[in-house]
Amino acid sequence: MLEISHLSCSYGGPVVVDHVDLHIRSGELIGIVGPSGSGKTTLLRAILGTVEPLHGSIVKPDALSVAYVPQVETVDWNFPVTVSEVIVMTMRKRSWWPGISKTERAEVDDLLERLGLGGLGHRHIRELSGGQQQRVFLARALARRPDLLVLDEPTSGVDVRTRHEILHLLTDLNDDGLTIVLTTHDLNGLAAHLPRIVCFNKTVIADGAPIDVLRPAVLEATYGAPLEVLIHGGMPVVLDHAPSLRAVPKPA
Amino acid sequence: MNTASFVAAVDLLEPLSYGFFRRGLTVAVLAGALCGLVGVYVVLRSLSYIGHGLSHAVFGGAAAAAVANVNYFLGAGAWGIASGLMIGRVTRRKLLSADAAIGIVTTASFAAGIVLFNKFGQARRSIDAVLFGDILGVARSDVFAVVGVGIAVVAVVIGAYRPLLYATFDSEVARVTGGRPDLLDAVLMVMLSLTVLVTMRVIGVLLISALLVVPASTARMLTDSFARMLVIAPGIGALTSLIGMNLSYHVNTSPGATVILINACAFLVVFLSTGRAGRRRVAHVHV
Repeated sequence: MLEISHLSCSYGGPVVVDHVDLHIRSGELIGIVGPSGSGKTTLLRAILGTVEPLHGSIVKPDALSVAYVPQVETVDWNFPVTVSEVIVMTMRKRSWWPGISKTERAEVDDLLERLGLGGLGHRHIRELSGGQQQRVFLARALARRPDLLVLDEPTSGVDVRTRHEILHLLTDLNDDGLTIVLTTHDLNGLAAHLPRIVCFNKTVIADGAPIDVLRPAVLEATYGAPLEVLIHGGMPVVLDHAPSLRAVPKPA
Repeated sequence: MNTASFVAAVDLLEPLSYGFFRRGLTVAVLAGALCGLVGVYVVLRSLSYIGHGLSHAVFGGAAAAAVANVNYFLGAGAWGIASGLMIGRVTRRKLLSADAAIGIVTTASFAAGIVLFNKFGQARRSIDAVLFGDILGVARSDVFAVVGVGIAVVAVVIGAYRPLLYATFDSEVARVTGGRPDLLDAVLMVMLSLTVLVTMRVIGVLLISALLVVPASTARMLTDSFARMLVIAPGIGALTSLIGMNLSYHVNTSPGATVILINACAFLVVFLSTGRAGRRRVAHVHV
């Protein structure tokens, strides 16, 4: 579906994404993990076509329909729009009248039901919980019936329950055949549950199944700090050992 | 004095017997509605400084047009649209920050206008009229201009409702999904420039930005719906202009200043009456 070859990107200064080779097949669910400032979002933007490559190429089918779910932190939650208005703004208007038609209303209601947001169409977006807000933007993306869904940090700032809901939702969508690429900081809660993850820091450090990729050497190369990995129930669990406060001498 | 005797003494309908007042009132009411409508995008996109700057840029164009003996709408309009597009382009390409781009382009244009008026214009009176608005300067052509621009703006707002909403709410995602936010930004700049152009004669350069910001901010306190804001803001703009223009005639004050004061009063009343909900909504408006 998507062939990224020798891709490098910058914003006019230092190189942010450096010589990336990545092959994304149709129907995959891929998580890109890495520290803040490692170029994950830039890589997504290059895939989306909003950042021009400095070198290299991204080959994708001409008719590929891509939808994007931004980080919820970038959304203006006080903007005067309702849930339904957010979802229809991406739909192609079929009449001159700007209002929501009956057909569109039925499509929106169907999407909301599917994502567990039934009956919330008239609500202002600020009046929703964190998980519901994330799902509204997922619904907006799905309204375009995309071939590829790209999400930037979908579990950022949400609680454990919401994280599980989002993970299950993405897994269901992927089971229905949707190709999904996402970025995440969340190694244990999200990345370890995905079929394929890419450890990324300016370039691809490792690429494969979590059990093969989440290893101390790979994580140290990715995050620049030693991280311990345990295997629990056949799944890798990354332990983040912060320096013990007891080791810090008390001030005199 | 009771109400009937007050009305008889003041004769509220007296100004309507004058052709110049009817023209001025028509332009002011339509301009108020137009500024209210365009102001919704200005307020939600945090463009109020651009509105303020563009009015100054159009002043430069008006002065140049007067000196060169070129039609006001042609000269000032071309100058304003060029300034708006230049600001948008410089900002989008990140050649300069938005504030710096607006500051340089518009203040230079404003200064050029002042110098041209000083050197070649009718000096004092013309400058006061342009800065603070002058109902006597409203001609029949102004009425046609505001009607024409109003129709064009309403057509764009209806025809491009969803793309404009998408680009205003989430321009990055709009671009990803095949939208053309850059083109829509340019369209918005042209709409803003034309609005400033046809409003300037009555409201004045210095006060136009208030008419772009205040009715839309007042409407924001009254609703959480974008579509309803697009109806309420023009309504407030038109009504406050109607009241302000009549009041300015009777108390003999500048029409622009009076209209803006009425707008400020309306804002205050809504601010106090909508309570916490209204205050929360408007607190997040970046003007």
